[in-house]
Amino acid sequence: MRRFVIGSARSLIERSRQNYQFQRPLLSSSYRLLSSTPAVDSPSSSSSTMAPPVALNTINPKVIECEYAVRGEIVTLAQKLQEEINTKPDAHPFEEILYCNIGNPQSLGQHPITFFREVLALCDHPTILDKSETQGLFSADSIERAWKILDQIPGRATGAYSHSQGIKGLRDTIAAGIEARDGFPADPNDIFLTDGASPAVHMMMQLLIRSEKDGILCPIPQYPLYSASIALHGGTLVPYYLDEATGWGLEVSQLKKQLETSRSMGITVRALVVINPGNPTGQVLAEENQKAIVEFCKQEGLVLLADEVYQENVYVPEKKFHSFKKVSRSMGYGEKDLSLVSFQSVSKGYYGECGKRGGYMEVTGFGADVREQIYKVASVNLCSNISGQILASLVMSPPKVGDESYESYSAERDGILSSLARRAKTLEDAFNKLEGVTCNKAEGAMYLFPRIDLPEKAIKAAEAEKKAPDAYYCQRLLTATGIVVVPGSGFGQVPGTWHFRCTILPQEEKIPAIVTRLTDFHKSFMDEFRG
Amino acid sequence: MGLKALDYETLNENVKKVQYAVRGELYLRASELQKEGKKIIFTNVGNPHALGQKPLTFPRQVVALCQAPFLLDDPNVGLLFPADAIARAKHYLSLTSGGLGAYSDSRGIPGVRKEVAEFIERRDGYPSDPELIFLTDGASKGVMQILNCIIRGEGDGILVPVPQYPLYSATISLLGGSLVPYYLEETANWGLDVNNLRESVAQARFKGITVRAMVIINPGNPTGQCLSEANLREIINFCYQENLVLLGDEVYQQNIYQDERPFISARKVLMDMGPPVSKEVQLVSFHTVSKGYWGECGQRGGYFEMTNLPPQTVDEIYKIASIALSPNVPAQIFMGLMVNPLKPGDISYEQFVRESQGILESLRRRARIMTDGFNSCKNVVCNFTEGAMYSFPQIRLPPKAIEAAKQAGKVPDVFYCLKLLEATGISTVPGSGFGQKEGVFHLRTTILPAEEDMPAIMSSFKKFNDEFMDQYEDNWNRSRM
Repeated sequence: MRRFVIGSARSLIERSRQNYQFQRPLLSSSYRLLSSTPAVDSPSSSSSTMAPPVALNTINPKVIECEYAVRGEIVTLAQKLQEEINTKPDAHPFEEILYCNIGNPQSLGQHPITFFREVLALCDHPTILDKSETQGLFSADSIERAWKILDQIPGRATGAYSHSQGIKGLRDTIAAGIEARDGFPADPNDIFLTDGASPAVHMMMQLLIRSEKDGILCPIPQYPLYSASIALHGGTLVPYYLDEATGWGLEVSQLKKQLETSRSMGITVRALVVINPGNPTGQVLAEENQKAIVEFCKQEGLVLLADEVYQENVYVPEKKFHSFKKVSRSMGYGEKDLSLVSFQSVSKGYYGECGKRGGYMEVTGFGADVREQIYKVASVNLCSNISGQILASLVMSPPKVGDESYESYSAERDGILSSLARRAKTLEDAFNKLEGVTCNKAEGAMYLFPRIDLPEKAIKAAEAEKKAPDAYYCQRLLTATGIVVVPGSGFGQVPGTWHFRCTILPQEEKIPAIVTRLTDFHKSFMDEFRG
Repeated sequence: MGLKALDYETLNENVKKVQYAVRGELYLRASELQKEGKKIIFTNVGNPHALGQKPLTFPRQVVALCQAPFLLDDPNVGLLFPADAIARAKHYLSLTSGGLGAYSDSRGIPGVRKEVAEFIERRDGYPSDPELIFLTDGASKGVMQILNCIIRGEGDGILVPVPQYPLYSATISLLGGSLVPYYLEETANWGLDVNNLRESVAQARFKGITVRAMVIINPGNPTGQCLSEANLREIINFCYQENLVLLGDEVYQQNIYQDERPFISARKVLMDMGPPVSKEVQLVSFHTVSKGYWGECGQRGGYFEMTNLPPQTVDEIYKIASIALSPNVPAQIFMGLMVNPLKPGDISYEQFVRESQGILESLRRRARIMTDGFNSCKNVVCNFTEGAMYSFPQIRLPPKAIEAAKQAGKVPDVFYCLKLLEATGISTVPGSGFGQKEGVFHLRTTILPAEEDMPAIMSSFKKFNDEFMDQYEDNWNRSRM
């Protein structure tokens, strides 16, 4: 298995060197399928016979290359079916489309945390803070927190561009929150507030990637922001495989092997991406594992890019989230030993505030000259949205025991987290009951990533339609049940294996119906294609 | 001791090349002085709320209600919020797919894009397709996305006005493209001469550069000029002949301070010109909630509208937008409110008009005060701020001052601006940050300081400037004797 994995990894690196391809010989035309018939982009009757400046054959090829399956082809089809149901309710054998493709909790009925929204509303419209009626509509501690935050904003102007790293007072709050979480100090000057974690990832890729000779180690399967960003910035993705047989385990020996292989091919590996808890795989790393990873990065001179956006989504009692910052500091490693960038977001956890676009990166272990460059790049966009900045500070310093809102806040939080844990288990069990399907436990994050053993007949049917087998399965699932999931090829998988990613986010009362529909579909699919 | 992972030497060269003076050396020095206790007047960024401009009441009411929808269920909500704000909040919430906390469509909420399309149609008299309108986290993000599509390498050139807003130069650097400058004529009120364009393109092509696009900033930044209809027609014809995509940065379209040249959108002129031009010239137009009289910079709300781009290209741009998942939802609501404002008869209409007119009329007055103020200073010549938010006076530095700058290891206008900052606390951006003709120096300030503070600021500037000029001219005169 290991030899197979390394052999295929080698060929993957080779392919990615030429023209980043990601196990998609059948998907290469997927985006052409998305658009209307591939007509030639020729100007009609203009005097110039040149192609118009912004035509498919003249736009940046890196744009064409990069892919993002989470909102890719399957979603476009889902939207089309949705429109058909809207006009003709019995057009399909289901009443509604269930979007299980994207970690977007509030679009599926999850409620926001009341305290956070109170504070944000008051900061959006501070005029009402002076009115007596406000006391009756808002909790006292939300009013207090809003005042505190507004006092940290020059002129209390929430509509002004802030410092390009984000409002200082909010960064102080976040740094204090990091310290409370980890037991090790954090410097507000290390924090860059961004419009979600994704722009921060892009910024780091931009800094790190000089050419296709620069490689970034990424887990397979991975959240395709990384593959897309690397492609956009012209670098090379160096895959390391997580081991499905051991609960998506991360072996440092695999990291070493992939590193050596890529170096022997002339790639300078610059950074290691670790997603913890994992997406799409959901595993929570054991502390010993994390120590080995830190050691590896230190020895090899790699920047550790720690995507920790699911840090509050841990569902199993035997695992706990430890930030890489905490782990490295507990090993006695400081600024001089390890370059570490930690990403956090307001989109996940129990707060699920995707639409706000709030997040930050904490940047440690870089020289002042590099940090200046990071600041400079951040400044071109001036700053991230203020409301998102405020929310990031609230997420990192929520109500405490004794605060007026603490009880309602913790009830909301615990309600959401325990429900997520239940849904994770229910869906995991449901998938494991399906013929030819095995599903690892979701220890954390928001997804299940079951593996399906597709019969040969199904694979042939997929090929006939010029689709990857897992994309074919997902499309059939969608058209039969209205359930939208993302094919595993969108995340990467060991060649010859097939998966799909399904979120655990539909409301609990909908889960039984989803399980039934899915089970029935799968049975009839297997009946159709069983050898 | 392990290898260093990310040294300055191993950074992406394109990053190192980037310059963005608006938050560069002068701003950093001003921030330092502020920390030391000096009173600083920040006029380096078009950031109205930071200088005391109040947000418009109605949009803030609506968005606050959208943030906390449980308020809408409270029987006492009417004590704090007017009925039309409540209705509008319900309207926008109904357009979202789960409130403010859910990722929207990667192109933005369809209902809001429809409102943008309707706004464009009302403004220009031509229908606009919501499918070709993408909302973004600020117009800057939109500019970066489009330039990222166009620039393949350093062989690709983008025509950019000089002086320009350095988002363009910075982004072109980051993307590894080539900036092809075309000079605006200061003596002709920063006018655009098509002959300058032709020359710039010819020079670029001679160097082997493929010129792909032309940026116009209308009204201009930092220059403030408003393009005439004739000028816009010339530009569009030029793009048609030279096969360029036109990028129309129109973020200041609501900031017009004279009546001779009202704002006309590039799209309107394009459509007016009829086929084949109207069907073939590719155009991307940009707008924002950060400027105008809204000044909601901190929300990061903007959009771009695409005209005559092939469907497959639009799909690719959509794909890139989807990687960022969605623009922030509160700002999308601000955008909806901006393009779909209150009407006569609405409860909050009068207050809204009062607030808006107040801001616009004051900006117009401040544009005049500042221009006149600069023109009263020794060796300073300043074109009138026809639009946008800036004043860009030319500072005629005496040779001795230039020499002193050289001694200090500074570019002459940086030298002047640093001295101005230290003497008066006025934080500006040196003209070199925007580009200018060789040997001609400027600085950019905003017209945003509060009206009541303006006279004091201008007299403080005049005092510094005239003393500076006396100091360096005296030396010069003496040396001539």
